Amino acid sequence: MKRARPERPLRRRSAATRMLRPSFGTRVGSYFIGNAQVLLASLGRLYRTPLTSLMTAAVIGIALALPLGLYVTLQNFQNVSSGWDGAAQISVFLKMDVNDARAGALAKKVRGLPEVADVRLLTHEQALDEFQDLSGFGDALKVLPSNPLPAVLIVRPAAKHSNPASVRKLVEQLRKLPETDQAKLDMMWVKRLYTMMQIAQRAVLVIAALLAMAVLLIIGNTIRLDIQNRRDEIIITKLIGATNSFIRRPFLYSGLWYGLLGGVIGWLLVAIALSLVDAPVRRLAGLYGSNFVLNSLDAQTVLGLLLFSTLLGLAGSWLAVGRHLSAIEPT
Amino acid sequence: MIRFNNVSKRYPEGFEALSGVTLHIEPGEMVFLTGHSGAGKSTLLKLISLIERPSRGQALIDNVNLATVRSGRIPYLRRRVGVIFQDHRLLRDRTVFDNVALPLVIAGYRHQEIGRRVRAALDKVNLLNKERQFPITLSGGEQQRVGIARAVVNKPPLVLADEPTGNLDPELSREIMLLFEQFNQVGVTILIASHDLDLISRMNHRTLTLKQGRLLADQRPLPAGTSA
Ligand SMILES: Nc1ncnc2c1ncn2[C@@H]1O[C@H](COP(=O)(O)OP(=O)(O)OP(=O)(O)O)[C@@H](O)[C@H]1O
Ligand SMILES: [Mg+2]
Repeated sequence: MKRARPERPLRRRSAATRMLRPSFGTRVGSYFIGNAQVLLASLGRLYRTPLTSLMTAAVIGIALALPLGLYVTLQNFQNVSSGWDGAAQISVFLKMDVNDARAGALAKKVRGLPEVADVRLLTHEQALDEFQDLSGFGDALKVLPSNPLPAVLIVRPAAKHSNPASVRKLVEQLRKLPETDQAKLDMMWVKRLYTMMQIAQRAVLVIAALLAMAVLLIIGNTIRLDIQNRRDEIIITKLIGATNSFIRRPFLYSGLWYGLLGGVIGWLLVAIALSLVDAPVRRLAGLYGSNFVLNSLDAQTVLGLLLFSTLLGLAGSWLAVGRHLSAIEPT
Repeated sequence: MIRFNNVSKRYPEGFEALSGVTLHIEPGEMVFLTGHSGAGKSTLLKLISLIERPSRGQALIDNVNLATVRSGRIPYLRRRVGVIFQDHRLLRDRTVFDNVALPLVIAGYRHQEIGRRVRAALDKVNLLNKERQFPITLSGGEQQRVGIARAVVNKPPLVLADEPTGNLDPELSREIMLLFEQFNQVGVTILIASHDLDLISRMNHRTLTLKQGRLLADQRPLPAGTSA
């Protein structure tokens, strides 16, 4: 062969390729059509071994249903408890020598504070009545020569100022009033509840992360077995000139389908569980005179779940494919 | 087309399957490769189809050096070489049609084009009526012909065959060899490894003989078609 200048044959070849190649649009089109075909073919492959595929998808579904169920439960709990913010109230016990008139004037003054939503005044008499009603010691109290109970202001902080810090400041302010004997905040349990819910949220996150890793391993292992079973096929297609990405694609798509199917199964499981507890929850709410209804899965949560599980499937198969496909070379 | 300069292949176990082989095959030639079992015939074909890499020497196909080609380029080079295996290497769970279509699917041909080309290839090997069948339901000779159809379906300039008539009866072997001659007549370069010396001598083509990894003889056909 004559020695040619290096750029000559190159240029000639690229001209030839340009002529032979289909247009860019056609190529992009056939790329997508080809991918869609492989996507469907992968689904068909799962369908050909329905029991195995379903079992794998079910394991994934159960693994996803657990954190999803916890998440939904927690959200419902938050909905119930969000009505409890206003339950933080401050009881201001006035000094014994503060008479009802002064107490009334004070109540008016406190009601005027911007941090305060509402003030209820319990006069000496009302305090006594309430105590008698609630305690059942009514008769015993009648024996006493004078009313031993002070007047009480029950102060409810405004919603805007119901965060723990401002409420504590308000308590300090009320405590400094000359008429005040004692000011007590009934908010400890709300705070505890919130802290517990924060812990529960973290726990759900941790469980979700652990189970996501489990799903990753399940899918990775399934794809690994699939690769092993189709070893001959992989070798033959490599011999015929298949690129690595061509061989990789059907396995990636199987992982994607496993993830999506697992997500759908997880969704169904949680939906079924919710519908099972729905009636008892209604009855319980009825007993408490509440019209609370159980929130079912909203579209956003479901879409998020399906997207997440599909991505997990893709990632799991990606890991398996990366590790095991390159090891298979024809000999 | 194929140019070997002092090529040696030593397997990782240390066995030298080819030692200092120098040969040149022009485009459009039809060449037989013969020699005893273990002489290195399959090894030579594996070098050309990039399954193995040469240990020493220079092996060129279409001026591409097989020792230095990047692994990412290998699939594209393999598409230019149709290979026929003694054990057919068909996909058991695909029909005859799908098996033959595979090289075209890999190369990204369009649907209609695939159908057209696969039927043309199956027609050549006389299997058009079996396109819907699975390989296991075919005889050995028919499977071999499916393998041939798959090797030529995307019209590669070079076709390799390793013992394509290994366990076929003489009648069928002859038919298959005639098929290769037909491909050769339309310009395809063909290299066939075989130890069926009877058949080879009757076919009257250039014959390379290997012995213990060395090129022992390079016999041109008697009526001197090409100059030496
Ligand atoms: N992958 C391998 N690893 C190590 N040694 C090998 C390998 N493949 C072949 N060999 C050795 O190389 C030598 C040549 O083998 P090759 O397969 O090329 O022979 P052949 O001429 O094709 O024989 P046959 O006619 O039996 O097919 C043999 O001695 C064989 O043992
Ligand atoms: Mg051999």
